[in-house]
Amino acid sequence: MLTDSIGKRSGKVKNIVERGAVKKFAEAIDDAHPIFICEKTGRQSRYRANIAPPTFPRVFDYGVIEGLDLPKKGLIHGEQLYHYERPLLVGEEIHCYQEVHDYYERNGKSGEMGFLQIKRYGEDSDGQLIFTEEQVVIITEAVRKGMKV
Amino acid sequence: MSVLTELAVGESLQPVTLDPVSRLDLIKYAGASGDYNPIHTIDEEAEKAGLPGIIAHGMWTMGNLSKLFTPYYEEGFIEDYTIRFKGMVFLNDEVTLHAVLIENKEEKLNFDVKATNQDGKEVIKGNVAFRKA
Repeated sequence: MLTDSIGKRSGKVKNIVERGAVKKFAEAIDDAHPIFICEKTGRQSRYRANIAPPTFPRVFDYGVIEGLDLPKKGLIHGEQLYHYERPLLVGEEIHCYQEVHDYYERNGKSGEMGFLQIKRYGEDSDGQLIFTEEQVVIITEAVRKGMKV
Repeated sequence: MSVLTELAVGESLQPVTLDPVSRLDLIKYAGASGDYNPIHTIDEEAEKAGLPGIIAHGMWTMGNLSKLFTPYYEEGFIEDYTIRFKGMVFLNDEVTLHAVLIENKEEKLNFDVKATNQDGKEVIKGNVAFRKA
């Protein structure tokens, strides 16, 4: 079932790197550095603007992958990767989408586990790639039985 | 503060030990990230999921770890940040953030990074590639 989802992707969704959201996020990881939140520091920086912390893209809407129905509970976040062409600038528009990159199963200590790789993309308004994000979600045997995969 | 690009291979950034994890930390992160999975904020839901208590979002720990590099954004930026989630972080745990330079290339610095708990156990570990300006 999940193997059939490989390659499926969502439509693009427009997101804004909102100043208030960046501030709230930086404070939530106790990293309220002026490069993220002080306008003057941002203007005088080499980015000419405030930037967002590297794990901020968690906040974005990536759209829905049709047909990928994951359980709400019991998923384990195994790995997380970010790649940046440059930092995200506060105030800019980012166009985001996601796809099922891969799915495979392996025997682990708690039975046969599924590994789902979701890859997410963020592009600027000209379609230039700014960042990618990949997450590996582990689906345990118990959870897979519940979803009849 | 020392300049990141002057660090020698094998040298570490100054480790940072966070305050003990509080419920409010996780409520704030849930709100800021939009990740409201109740195993991070509601005791009964964590227990129902078979956990001894609420656990921190892995992404909270990953977000915290990146702040070792925040003072250096004038020297470059984090180009690649890869993390494997190794263990759970519980309420009142004292998490320490570590980064050691393992490679100094012309265009980037490669670090091994990790966060450990008060028992020295790794809770997340991975790599940061810092692209030089």
